[in-house]
Amino acid sequence: MPLNEQDRMMLLDTARGIRKDIVEITAWSGGAHIGGGLSVTDILTYLYFHEMNIRPDEPEWDDRDRLILSKGHSAVAYTAILARRGFYSFNLLKSFNKFGSPFGMHPDGSKIDGCDASTGSLGHGLPMAVGMALGARIRKKDFRTYVVLGDGEMNEGSNWEALMSAAHHKLSNLTVIVDRNRMMIDGPTEEVMAIEPLADKLAAFGMNVQNIDGHDFDDLAGAVDMAKSWTPGPTAIIANTVKGKGVDFMENEVPWHYGSVDSSLRDKALASIDAMYEGVLS
Amino acid sequence: MSDVTGTNWTCYDAATMTAKEIYGRVLAEMSGEDERIVGVTADLAKSTAIAFFERERPERFVNVGIAEQNLMGVAAGLAKTGLIPFASTFATFASMRAAEQVRTDICYQNLPVKIIATHAGVSFGAAGTTHHCTEDLAIMRSFANMTVIAPADGIETANAVRACMDIDGPVYIRIGRGFDPPFHETEDYGFEIGRARTVHDGTDLCIITCGIGVLQSVEAARALAEQDGLSVRVINMHTIKPLDEEAVMAAVQDTRRILTVEEHNTMGGLGSAVGDVIAASGKGCAFRKLGFQDEYALVGYPEDLYAHYRLDADGIMDTVREMMQIEFEEDENWDDEV
Repeated sequence: MPLNEQDRMMLLDTARGIRKDIVEITAWSGGAHIGGGLSVTDILTYLYFHEMNIRPDEPEWDDRDRLILSKGHSAVAYTAILARRGFYSFNLLKSFNKFGSPFGMHPDGSKIDGCDASTGSLGHGLPMAVGMALGARIRKKDFRTYVVLGDGEMNEGSNWEALMSAAHHKLSNLTVIVDRNRMMIDGPTEEVMAIEPLADKLAAFGMNVQNIDGHDFDDLAGAVDMAKSWTPGPTAIIANTVKGKGVDFMENEVPWHYGSVDSSLRDKALASIDAMYEGVLS
Repeated sequence: MSDVTGTNWTCYDAATMTAKEIYGRVLAEMSGEDERIVGVTADLAKSTAIAFFERERPERFVNVGIAEQNLMGVAAGLAKTGLIPFASTFATFASMRAAEQVRTDICYQNLPVKIIATHAGVSFGAAGTTHHCTEDLAIMRSFANMTVIAPADGIETANAVRACMDIDGPVYIRIGRGFDPPFHETEDYGFEIGRARTVHDGTDLCIITCGIGVLQSVEAARALAEQDGLSVRVINMHTIKPLDEEAVMAAVQDTRRILTVEEHNTMGGLGSAVGDVIAASGKGCAFRKLGFQDEYALVGYPEDLYAHYRLDADGIMDTVREMMQIEFEEDENWDDEV
């Protein structure tokens, strides 16, 4: 369903809060994958706060929609979103990265309510998502499965095995979203290992491909709705994003794939986020 | 005559059927009693015999094509939705091509995926090293949460396949490719995961073995009794993990000579698991491991390879005789050292 003004404002306000949470957790934890966390924020915010059929007070509800964060290093964003969505207290995230914490750099589904799969090693989420989508079909369940991948992660061969099988089995209950922030650890994706023409490749593998602005909630709503109504098979959404989005000194900066912030950088980062939403949100 | 009864009491002739065929048929029957069972393979439905399940339950069967990483990831995803996937491919691909998916997607998440891997050891001897698998026990037993089983024959395979449903977590069962003569005459011998079974009694030496080694070791023990007057115990250690440590230590105490026999590299498999237990106990004993001595096997028919690598009754007898030359004093006070 297209967004109304109230939805749009709620999502923008939530995303602003999540971005600030990400900065805070990065400060608390001594370091986090902040760049990719900020690029995927709007995608996850849209899904968890507007789209997915879930029950935070019943995390294992059998009929819930599933989401696998295949780019598990964005746990800094994901765990903040699950907290804000009501799965657990945000204060728990003060233990992020610390001894014995349920929250490490990569999410552990056995320890985190609302987390549908443990991830971190790249190229694992999509095959599991294919299994979940097949499971829904076999069990005659209506839930949908979403999987969010990094763009650098598309280098992994297992993803293409999974895409082939998703198309072959016509998994229209599966939506694949690629966080296309164009950066990986060693540099720009097209310099380290080019993945373009990504849309053509995904289409050739049988996906219904959509290319959108991954920071635009109306674009996200349109693409996700289109995926739900596309019955012939699975949909892949290329969500074009900016790594480090919202923190001006991190945007498109390769070194901010992983980093730490001291109190002065933290303040600068928070101010930058507020500035980005100025005029958009009152 | 030796048969396997399915859950519906159909008799399968274990004297003529391969272990994998018995697996496929038993799984097909089990699927009628538990709707959570699904089958997954990577273009090896016929070769692994999971095709018997496919024929019975096509709506609960998924072929992912030649893509083993995806196979194990998909199995994990299916398990995440409340299903119990049986994933079948060759042991070499299950344990190595998809090792990280088995470890991270299945074992780390402690999911009830049952991996039934065929063509283990050198059972596909003529296919060469790419299709041999003498590393899987070592790899699989190093994954936390994993249960590892190497049945002695088709009858025990049927028992293991049924019993693995009672384990609330991942299970790896390794079986061979072709026909191996059955050791058991009936399936009703009290198979229990994690509990070793003494299949031949003895006090001079103890052979601890699994898989095809069980029949060969018992034949060796019988011949040694007849020809040399030796009393050789044989333990069927069908479950490599969790290992029946009590059975190992009872054998050390009673015989002071332990020989392990496995269709696997002698590094990391059954022999290593047994050696760990003995070393930790502080007890001494003569100890040898038969298997592949950190080498890739030659090409050939399995029976020729078993003979060459001393895994047949003759090879085991020779090794036992060598070990009987080792003098070991009686332990006067068993409880004083540990």
